[in-house]
Amino acid sequence: MRIGVDVGGTNTDAVLMNGATVVAWTKQPTSADVGTGVAAAITAVLGDARVAPGAIASVMIGTTHFTNALVERSRLDRVGILRLASPSGEALPPMTGWPEALAGQIDARTYLLPGGFEFDGREIAPLDPAAIRAAARELRDAGIDSIAISSVFAPVNPAMEDRAAALVAEEHPDARITVSHTLGRIGFIERENATILNAALGSLATHVVASFERALAEIGIDAPLYLSQNDGTLISAARAAAYPVLTIGSGPTNSMRGAAFLSGVRDAIVLDVGGTTTDIGVLANGFPRESSVAVDIGGVRINFRMPDILALGLGGGTRIHLDPALYGTDAIDADDLRVGPDSVGFRITEQAWLFGGATLTTSDVAVAAGRAEFGDPALLPPLSDAVRDAVWARMQAMLEEAVDRMKTSRGDVLLLAVGGGNFLVPDTLRGAARVVRPRHAAVANAVGAAIAQVGAQVEQVVSYEREPRATALDRLRAEAVAQAIAAGGIPDSVEIVEMDEVYLTYLPGRAAQVRVRAVADLAGTPALVAHAH
Amino acid sequence: MRIDRQALLDLATGAAFLGSGGGGDPYYAQLLGEAEIARRGPFHLIALDALADDALVAPCGWIGAPTVSAEKLPNGQEAILGLRALERIAGRRIDAVMPIEIGGGNGLAPLLAAAELGIPVVDADGMGRAFPESQMTVFSIDGLSACPSVVTSANGALRVIETDDNLDHERQARALSIEFGGNAHMVEYPLSGAAAKRHAIGGSVSAAIAIGAAVRRARAAGEDPFAALHAALRASGLYPFAGTLFDGKVVDVERETRGGFSVGRVVIEGFGGDGQMDLEFQNENLIARVDGQVRAMVPDLITVMDRETADSITTERLKFGQRVKVIGAAAPAVLRAERALRFVGPAAFGFDGPYRPIEALNGWNCG
Repeated sequence: MRIGVDVGGTNTDAVLMNGATVVAWTKQPTSADVGTGVAAAITAVLGDARVAPGAIASVMIGTTHFTNALVERSRLDRVGILRLASPSGEALPPMTGWPEALAGQIDARTYLLPGGFEFDGREIAPLDPAAIRAAARELRDAGIDSIAISSVFAPVNPAMEDRAAALVAEEHPDARITVSHTLGRIGFIERENATILNAALGSLATHVVASFERALAEIGIDAPLYLSQNDGTLISAARAAAYPVLTIGSGPTNSMRGAAFLSGVRDAIVLDVGGTTTDIGVLANGFPRESSVAVDIGGVRINFRMPDILALGLGGGTRIHLDPALYGTDAIDADDLRVGPDSVGFRITEQAWLFGGATLTTSDVAVAAGRAEFGDPALLPPLSDAVRDAVWARMQAMLEEAVDRMKTSRGDVLLLAVGGGNFLVPDTLRGAARVVRPRHAAVANAVGAAIAQVGAQVEQVVSYEREPRATALDRLRAEAVAQAIAAGGIPDSVEIVEMDEVYLTYLPGRAAQVRVRAVADLAGTPALVAHAH
Repeated sequence: MRIDRQALLDLATGAAFLGSGGGGDPYYAQLLGEAEIARRGPFHLIALDALADDALVAPCGWIGAPTVSAEKLPNGQEAILGLRALERIAGRRIDAVMPIEIGGGNGLAPLLAAAELGIPVVDADGMGRAFPESQMTVFSIDGLSACPSVVTSANGALRVIETDDNLDHERQARALSIEFGGNAHMVEYPLSGAAAKRHAIGGSVSAAIAIGAAVRRARAAGEDPFAALHAALRASGLYPFAGTLFDGKVVDVERETRGGFSVGRVVIEGFGGDGQMDLEFQNENLIARVDGQVRAMVPDLITVMDRETADSITTERLKFGQRVKVIGAAAPAVLRAERALRFVGPAAFGFDGPYRPIEALNGWNCG
């Protein structure tokens, strides 16, 4: 049996799954110390199902913690940035174009140092070990432990980054170093950006992953812990602690894959309604549609595979701006009503009318309209039908417009409504053929984590003079597929998701470095396959 | 006209489309431009008409493989070094700069140099799009010389090229760009104001801004950005026909840095089994075939765009799995003339058969 956990900003959800069956589920408030909330959620599902901790084979955690830290610009480390590229690149120093608030929070100390390679393998400038050592000492003395190192053409030749990292480690033994070639491909700015973000998340990731591990140990679960990453595949907890940036797109991916799994639907638009926002994504043939241009995280451009998501400021805690004097009115002027975009967030349990507060939220209106049942309806202020209808119509229009923006074809599409606030999605929406609310929709994220996929990557330098390109690519694709299956993937579900080829101009024989990635559903999650036909 | 931040972003969007996949990624030029505007305020753009006949105009831009430029970024002094060198050779101040090509990052490149020299940018260019080679300009087509030209590198190297033969100039400049690490800055085809007025493709910078603005407005209004793009191209007066050539998913990208160019091929599989598009490129997209049948060829424009956002995807950013629309547009009339086709037609790139206009290949008859 597996446990899937989703640690959101407001709630921590957990599911216990046996094969394709959800045996138990729970929703608990996220604790300030995330580990406590995770422990509570896991304890709850084990207790509900009366399953012993020893019966758990693996735990998968999806978390938006690191994404939130970037978006909220909080809990980030100061970063030391070493860029080995000079004299090239000086016109565009690190963090050019970043939102000021985020750059200010990271408060980087930057060193533009000689180095990097030309496309043909020559050095742009030789590495300057003395300058690197001096920078490392300065960073150490300034108490900056998170260090990002990038060099030109490092994906083709990582030697300079590795040498610089070794020098930094000698001078600054406590440094947590991220080197760019481990995080991305050709495209310097985006790769460097990802490296800096990763470094900035360093202490938080170490702390969060350790608290997850402690939570499992306290419960007595001795099974491997994985975190889900951007593309829906899993990485070990240790790797996630070192590369937290790899997890920043996992939230939407988990909710979409969870929605597909729970509904058996392969093509749909997914609305994941949380407390603050509704994340809208497109499911195409069972996979999240990806953003084909560079993606932005917290306003910073990186070149990762990420789901194409539209975040709409509408959730269960979204505030309804309306003069209380008008709550009972029979006719409401459009200008008097505004829905969001602000939200009471996790304070909904104090501030919403339903819970004894005095802030009108979407949840209050939904309960008043009989679309959901929770809280204490007796505490609601008297709302006229006209007001309820106006709020509802406004939310419906917001959702309809957002769905329309994500559509690729004119026809009506199937909508999957998931997440704790899915009751906000009406049963009929313009542009939707049908709205489906799968069983366990509220914990689709945790289900998505529990059914996360396995990934396999093959990377090799090939000479196209010795082996024709088509043959070589076929061979590497087959190898990646075989590896994904060997790692437990279901053969029918394997998909090649990435092929990347960099010609190594400085090597003879039309040499190219090829990277192929395959992903597959894990055995034990057969439902996705069953619905494929 | 002043190019403020909004106009700069629109120019980046428009130039990315007009790059036909090449001209470098406008994103870097845009980042530099935004920083410059924050520092010194808007850029100055003047019409060709505003040039004195005896003015000295310096067309400039980057030469090299776009794939290299995505990795090895500029030092920032390349353009200034080159322009100052041209001033020394000419024995006088340069009065204005001009993009050698309006497409891609090169459409934005001269803005920064102009700001630093305190001179305006001319609303015109030498290609009306982007082309891979330096002799593929209207100036060369009209018999003007590329020289003296100045090539500069990120580490401060500088070479002056003097030759009567524009093809020879391209060969020398290309070799230098490889020597300088795969990309370099070049000032070339220095022009008098009179020659610029007679030969340059006027209005192309403002056309690029208008095209970018149309796409932006359509996105903001929730309207179809592709329809807006097509309409803006037709309305520009420079690109009379435009439409969508193909819609699908990238299933293969073969790309190599060869002889100072990014060369290769992209294969796009149609949605719902609607055939396959093959696109060949040399920095820019050159020829598009659907199931073996030619649907567009150089000098007409072929640009791959994100099918959701209508962002142009330059050849160096094409990736397996991208979901795209391929948009075609007619090249400015001057590039389709018989004498121009010798320089920029399919035969100039080694393709067999005569040039056929995109509207004829696709049965487009709305102008």
